[in-house]
Amino acid sequence: MKEPLIRVVKKAELGSREIFILRLEAIFLALVAGGLFILLIGQNPFVIYKTIITGALRSEMAIQATVKIAIPLLIASLGVTLAFKMRFWNIGAEGQIIMGGIFASYFALFHAGWNHWLLVIVMFLAGALGGGLWGLIPAWFKTKYDTNETLFTLMLNYIALNVIVFLREGPWRDPGSQGYAKIARFDKNAALDKVLGIQFGWVIALALLVLVWIYLNRSKQGYEIGVVGESQETARYAGMNVKKVVLRTMFLSGAVCGIGGMVQACGSDVTLTTAVAGGVGFTAIIVAWLAQLNPPAIFIVTILFSILEKGSSVVQSSFGLSSDCADVLQGIILFFILGCELFIRYKFVFRGKGGAGV
Amino acid sequence: MSSEIIVKFLVAAVLAGTPFLFGTVGEILSEKVGHLNLGVEGMMSIGACAGFMAGYISDSFVIAILAAAAAGMAVALIYGVLTVTFMANQNVTGLTMTIFGVGLSNFIGVFMLERSESGTLKLPEHITAQMRNVNIPGLSDIPVVGELLFSYNPFVYMGLVIAVLASIYLYKTQIGLNVQAIGENPAAADAAGIEVTKWRYINILLSGAICGIGGAYCSMIINSGVWLRDSVGGLGWISVALVIFASWKPINVIYGSFIFGALRVLKYYVPKNTYAIPTAFFDALPFLITALVLVAASMRKNKGGHIPAHLGVNYFREER
Repeated sequence: MKEPLIRVVKKAELGSREIFILRLEAIFLALVAGGLFILLIGQNPFVIYKTIITGALRSEMAIQATVKIAIPLLIASLGVTLAFKMRFWNIGAEGQIIMGGIFASYFALFHAGWNHWLLVIVMFLAGALGGGLWGLIPAWFKTKYDTNETLFTLMLNYIALNVIVFLREGPWRDPGSQGYAKIARFDKNAALDKVLGIQFGWVIALALLVLVWIYLNRSKQGYEIGVVGESQETARYAGMNVKKVVLRTMFLSGAVCGIGGMVQACGSDVTLTTAVAGGVGFTAIIVAWLAQLNPPAIFIVTILFSILEKGSSVVQSSFGLSSDCADVLQGIILFFILGCELFIRYKFVFRGKGGAGV
Repeated sequence: MSSEIIVKFLVAAVLAGTPFLFGTVGEILSEKVGHLNLGVEGMMSIGACAGFMAGYISDSFVIAILAAAAAGMAVALIYGVLTVTFMANQNVTGLTMTIFGVGLSNFIGVFMLERSESGTLKLPEHITAQMRNVNIPGLSDIPVVGELLFSYNPFVYMGLVIAVLASIYLYKTQIGLNVQAIGENPAAADAAGIEVTKWRYINILLSGAICGIGGAYCSMIINSGVWLRDSVGGLGWISVALVIFASWKPINVIYGSFIFGALRVLKYYVPKNTYAIPTAFFDALPFLITALVLVAASMRKNKGGHIPAHLGVNYFREER
């Protein structure tokens, strides 16, 4: 067979500094591409980019709104990270968030009279349980029948969504609502307290950030997740109970996402709507992956995404451009970063230059 | 239920299922070469936008379809470059395509709306006439049968033809069998002399074009020619689900899309108050059934599962 002009070979692992620089270059190129897009629709890219950043951070209120966007995204990203470390493709964060929201809302709606802190703790646990059980279903089928988890978790998202619709139109319908059905606003007692003007969820999110980091990097169970992710054979050979690890990890992954749902429903919305997850579960997958499943990096990416989202709504009000441009810019940035991964792992060798792989 | 209502229900089911005819056949072509593309929703949204806007401006049905197919293909090309050549993660790339595609489609919609004089975007007369239900003299007038088989808009027939062609391509041609080998075992296919990269690209691009046309159906027909944001609204995700239900065979999509379409409209036809079935149950049914089919398929995996063995796994030649 004749040698191709250019071929791709694996290269030795790059240092983290080099990887960081490659990614920065990718982001820079993405911003240039995004700028061309903005130019194309007749706006000045520099002005738009500046508005996005200042719009998200210009005032205390703006910052609070940005943090509010970041809370569920950070929590859900941490949740899916647990599963992804195990190479378990949990695309079901959306559904797990919803289930967490539903379980927590049950107590918010029907036990609003409980002592406030007891209620908050119960809602927290219920949220975790709801999300965890919803994550356990695909994990059980995966271990039992090797059912494709990507597709299964995807289906569960929409089933969960319709559970809310069912509750909204049936048993949990607010009798006081006229016209379209909705679930009643929670009692004040069931709403999460505010800390520094923002709902308590941000404290939970930061605590989870630390906990997930410790769990993955400093605990035996976290180590097991990594081994199972690398190779189930190796894990078995080392005497690990792979099934148990898969089930436990998926429960935890779903549970963390479920907490995200509880925080969104009880902290931000103070009611349960079909938008409790609102695509956060999908964005979380991208955040976790972009951050290479590294909790501190997840924190940074979440903040950047939240600024982009909040800033885009300001662009909408000041320039009349739809806030959908946040999604477009997110997409463009991601395409470039996805593309740059190739240059991190592989290098190009021209014909006749030798260069064996490693 | 009178027979008139039953005919109405069946017609509604066909119309509600038509987006899946495109989305699912498109996704099958991609999955057959091992690429799970979660960007169907995005490709359809881009097609929806491109088709509608091209139709709005040019007032030509043919141009609208071509634009939708080309736009779907363009986004699919991004997916192809990233996953085939750059070996990026398929799930993340697909999800990104969905976020990007839906976002861009809505963005352009708002952009165009603000430049329209009337504040709405409505397809002009000429093109709506071209999209009207066909009327085949003689056939369309047959009672019941005419209504059930020969009185749909052109998209429906286009979708059926595409499903049949895709089926012939995959199962009746040498190329198609080669293509399927890629999804089962790319290394073996490569060793057998099949051009893995080339056929992956071809299938992914075809997939994008077909999904794009399906999107155009959503924006141009479902909302009766008026532009609304989120016109695809999750139908792309149901299309991904239907791939499993159809066990990766385009010909099965014909009845599969009809069944899923029926499930979507069933809630309007079940007599109210007779059965206390919540409408949410009907909306969840396609996903519930798909989940069950997925589980059932995995339970009897050794007896000829249909899922391509290397679905979702990128192929790096030097790692063979």
